Amino acid sequence: MATATTDSTITTDRAVPGDRSTLLGGWRARHRADLASHLAHHGAPPLPRPGDHAWPPRLAAAVEASGLTGRGGASFPSVTKLRLLASAPGRRTVVVNGMEGEPASAKDKTLLRCAPHLVLDGAELAACAVGASRIVVCVADGDHHSADAVVRAVAERAGTALAPVTVEVKRPPGRYVAGEESALVSWLDGGPAAPGWRPDKGHSLTIGRRATLVHNTETLAHLALVARYGPESFRSRGVPDAPGTTLVTVTGAVEHAGVYEVAMGRSLGDIVHGARPTDEVAAVLTGGFGGSWVPAAALATPYAPGPLAAVGGVVGAGVLVVLARRACGIAETARVARYMAGESAGQCGPCVFGLPAVADDLGQLWRGTVDGGVLARLEARLTAVDGRGACRHPDGVARMARSALRVFTADAAAHASGRPCAFARQPSVLPATVGAIKAGTT
Amino acid sequence: MSTVIKVNPVACTAYGYCAELLPELVTLDEWGYPIVERGAVPPHLVELARRAAKDCPRRAFLLRQAATEVGSST
Repeated sequence: MATATTDSTITTDRAVPGDRSTLLGGWRARHRADLASHLAHHGAPPLPRPGDHAWPPRLAAAVEASGLTGRGGASFPSVTKLRLLASAPGRRTVVVNGMEGEPASAKDKTLLRCAPHLVLDGAELAACAVGASRIVVCVADGDHHSADAVVRAVAERAGTALAPVTVEVKRPPGRYVAGEESALVSWLDGGPAAPGWRPDKGHSLTIGRRATLVHNTETLAHLALVARYGPESFRSRGVPDAPGTTLVTVTGAVEHAGVYEVAMGRSLGDIVHGARPTDEVAAVLTGGFGGSWVPAAALATPYAPGPLAAVGGVVGAGVLVVLARRACGIAETARVARYMAGESAGQCGPCVFGLPAVADDLGQLWRGTVDGGVLARLEARLTAVDGRGACRHPDGVARMARSALRVFTADAAAHASGRPCAFARQPSVLPATVGAIKAGTT
Repeated sequence: MSTVIKVNPVACTAYGYCAELLPELVTLDEWGYPIVERGAVPPHLVELARRAAKDCPRRAFLLRQAATEVGSST
């Protein structure tokens, strides 16, 4: 897995200048916070005294009042997961999902490298809240910088009151779907790093016989802030339906690609323009490679799940890839689809056969070497893959490709009639992944 | 109570017996994998659905009892 080129830039949004109660506010970019500077910055995390049975429900109540939702892609209410696990029988495990399989995303790496203690605070607090006796931090096997930062942070805390629950660092394979929570749990349980089929959603994941809570890195860092500064502080930023700040990786045709902490509800345009587009913006790929394209006409949309959905966008993994006017959205879409086809776990037929077929159709469209039926065939294949895997990998590809046909309608029609646009042969705007994608398209 | 069909996509390897036995509810995509009608199995087809489940070599074709019909089952 290619490491994003964006992780050297860390920028805090104007809405949160130097504010200590945010993830990156007042932080000096590119420095790993050691334990002393972390404690000087935030103070000690409010961990419970042993035997304080009133503490876990109090923390859950604070998380509920904050309105914190998962920052890994699903935007699921964090408190629901906490309570589900707290009521599970037997021994429990908390898994910190720092896999960040989304190629264009660098937010989890940024947090793990710059503020590992904030993430570990969140993991310890969550473990105490659900009664877990084990914490596992998962960092992709190729992501040595993040793993080193976590290992050093764990060593600094070992044996102190800040580590009531012991922490292990594990290195699952850094594939796109390996970070899907059932895939992660499967690998930790000695199985393949592939998603499991869960026909009855809602039952909890288990490692061995231990009920397991999987939370994204950023979610746990927010939890640590909510526990310290209170739900009101969290809700003082963002919008009522989507409170708090969030990390966004802005990349593509921008001068300052990087990770930005922004208040939820800021306009897409504000966020994109903060990273200085290199040219007039044509469209933005929201969410990541399994996300969806949004046209420049929708840049006034607030960055939050509800408003984005209304214009066909998604928050997803917190990625915004900027496409300039002088670029080919069909070409970019074809490259992403080819990459995603190669990242299938190889388990489910519609994904194994369907995604390469979709990528072939998009590749034909890109080059303009089409037969008459390519658009109709592509539509039919997108229907055939959507919702037919054990995980949502094929659904993401279908969503991304459909959004391209919607946003780049005129381009698609021109390409389909054998007249690809002048920009179809340009290099990709996806610098973080161009190597990986090239390998699949040549 | 109603009966619904679930296909385990990990286990399924496109033998296609289900589409042979239950064409009323199962079609195959271009790669041979089953696409199943959503919702409750009509009572007169439940016996055939049981047969399809029993004969699936991969045990990927499953029947579940649903207490109430769910509009957007996946």
